[in-house]
Amino acid sequence: MLLETEKLTRIYGGVVAINDVDFHASEGLITGLIGPNGAGKTTLFNNMTGLDVPTRGKVFFEGNDITGKSAHEISRMGIARTFQNIRLFKEMSVIENVMIGRHFKVGNKDKGRFRQALKSYFFMSREERWIYDSAMEYLEFLELGKFANDDAKSLPYGHQRELEIARALATEPKLLFLDEPAAGMNPQETEHLMETIRRIRDKGISIVLIEHDMKLVMNICDEITVLSFGQKIAEGTPEEIQNNETVIEAYLGREEED
Amino acid sequence: MFFQHFTNGLTLGGIYALIALGYTMVYGILKFINFAHGDILMVGAYIGMFSFNFFRGDAPLGAWTFFSFVLAMIVSAAFCAFLGMFIERVAYKPLRHASRLAPLLSAIGVSFILSNGAAWLWGTQSKKFDYPFDNTPLMIGGVAITPHQILILVVSLILMVVLKLFVDRTRLGKAMRATSLDQDTALLMGINVNQVISLTFAIGSALAAIGGILIAFDYKCYPTLGMMTGLKAFVAAVAGGIGNITGAMLGGILLGLLETFGVAILGIPMGYKDTIAFAILILILLVKPEGLLGKREKEKV
Repeated sequence: MLLETEKLTRIYGGVVAINDVDFHASEGLITGLIGPNGAGKTTLFNNMTGLDVPTRGKVFFEGNDITGKSAHEISRMGIARTFQNIRLFKEMSVIENVMIGRHFKVGNKDKGRFRQALKSYFFMSREERWIYDSAMEYLEFLELGKFANDDAKSLPYGHQRELEIARALATEPKLLFLDEPAAGMNPQETEHLMETIRRIRDKGISIVLIEHDMKLVMNICDEITVLSFGQKIAEGTPEEIQNNETVIEAYLGREEED
Repeated sequence: MFFQHFTNGLTLGGIYALIALGYTMVYGILKFINFAHGDILMVGAYIGMFSFNFFRGDAPLGAWTFFSFVLAMIVSAAFCAFLGMFIERVAYKPLRHASRLAPLLSAIGVSFILSNGAAWLWGTQSKKFDYPFDNTPLMIGGVAITPHQILILVVSLILMVVLKLFVDRTRLGKAMRATSLDQDTALLMGINVNQVISLTFAIGSALAAIGGILIAFDYKCYPTLGMMTGLKAFVAAVAGGIGNITGAMLGGILLGLLETFGVAILGIPMGYKDTIAFAILILILLVKPEGLLGKREKEKV
């Protein structure tokens, strides 16, 4: 198993955001994480990527316990993510956003990073060139090459989402978390996004995605986990989930509230 | 006369700018004002003076005294860099997730500890910082300029260019900018944010140390040396747009020029010189609340 959580629990004050969740993501697959609003999906993401520390439970990545590790360490181990509300470095150019993701991938690992970084000060050209070129490859992969020198904030919405994916890919993850990648996209953009997600999977990167667009989820996910009120209520293939009574109930219950 | 005032203003502004950089860099990353920054400048001045006297020994003015002075600047900058990192670790880091006021109060506390500590250790009497060179003014094109002023101009120019290149060009500099824009995302890019924050305090404090040494020639060393200068550098940082490095440089130089010209041309009595700094701050904040180069913070949805 690539990623596994064991009875993962996060309590904020008196609110149990996720409760004893055993989640897992298999290598090479696209795993969907769905559930009504407030089910704890993003909390689960935050607790697996080190942005939040679980109250109880453990997270394992490739068999290693990563519970409580800092987000930058987890990133360097090979987990990347995007955010529900786009969080680009808006003041930087498109290419710079991706270059930041490349920074800690340069050179050989046994030299101190600080020394490498200092070196980049005096020998800007060669290493910067390498970072630039490799960043450009990720932009091309997302078909954003022609926007390289624009400000990130000037990109149309759909492209901003894609840029966030390019930036996440630039850290060379083994596992990519996507938090509502299709939110706010029109049907054509969503179609294109599905294609992109498949292409990422085909590069050997495993994916976990939170999404409300059921068409997208049922179409591209190999496995689906359903959360409701902080608890895992179901998991299985898209067909299994579509026919699961508990899941249907959880979703209908939400519509009643609206 | 104009060029004379201009030179004087520029040198004063160079020092403000060096010190303002520390405020603005820390604010850019942690969104908090390090009110102990002025006192770090004071410690820098003392350490600079002591190590200068130590290195110099009894040597008469000459190449050796100047070399001792350069050494003293390096020692003081290094000392303050560690002091700044230490303060951050002990007084601010534990409060990082507390309310925004908590580290501010902690900073004021640190400020008192430093200035009272200095008074206790080194006494309240001002101590003279001897010039490491003959400070007789030189006449350049009708403008009298002291070697001290030339030193300030050269040192602050070099440091500002180096800093700007560092932040814009190097990987660590980019990590710093990324951290200031969005800490969580920076972490997810594999950037060690704690290291970046330490580095920011180190650089800011080292610059303050140099600034402290440069003003101590004129003001001597005393425990509250950092108060007024620190406050004015803070004004410069806010006026230039807090969080913006170029803004702090611009704000510092502008403040130095305005103060000098205020006294010289508007005839404001010397004693009211400091009023100008704060009047300017109020004016700028009224017209452009985000500062000259600052970005208006957008409400997050």
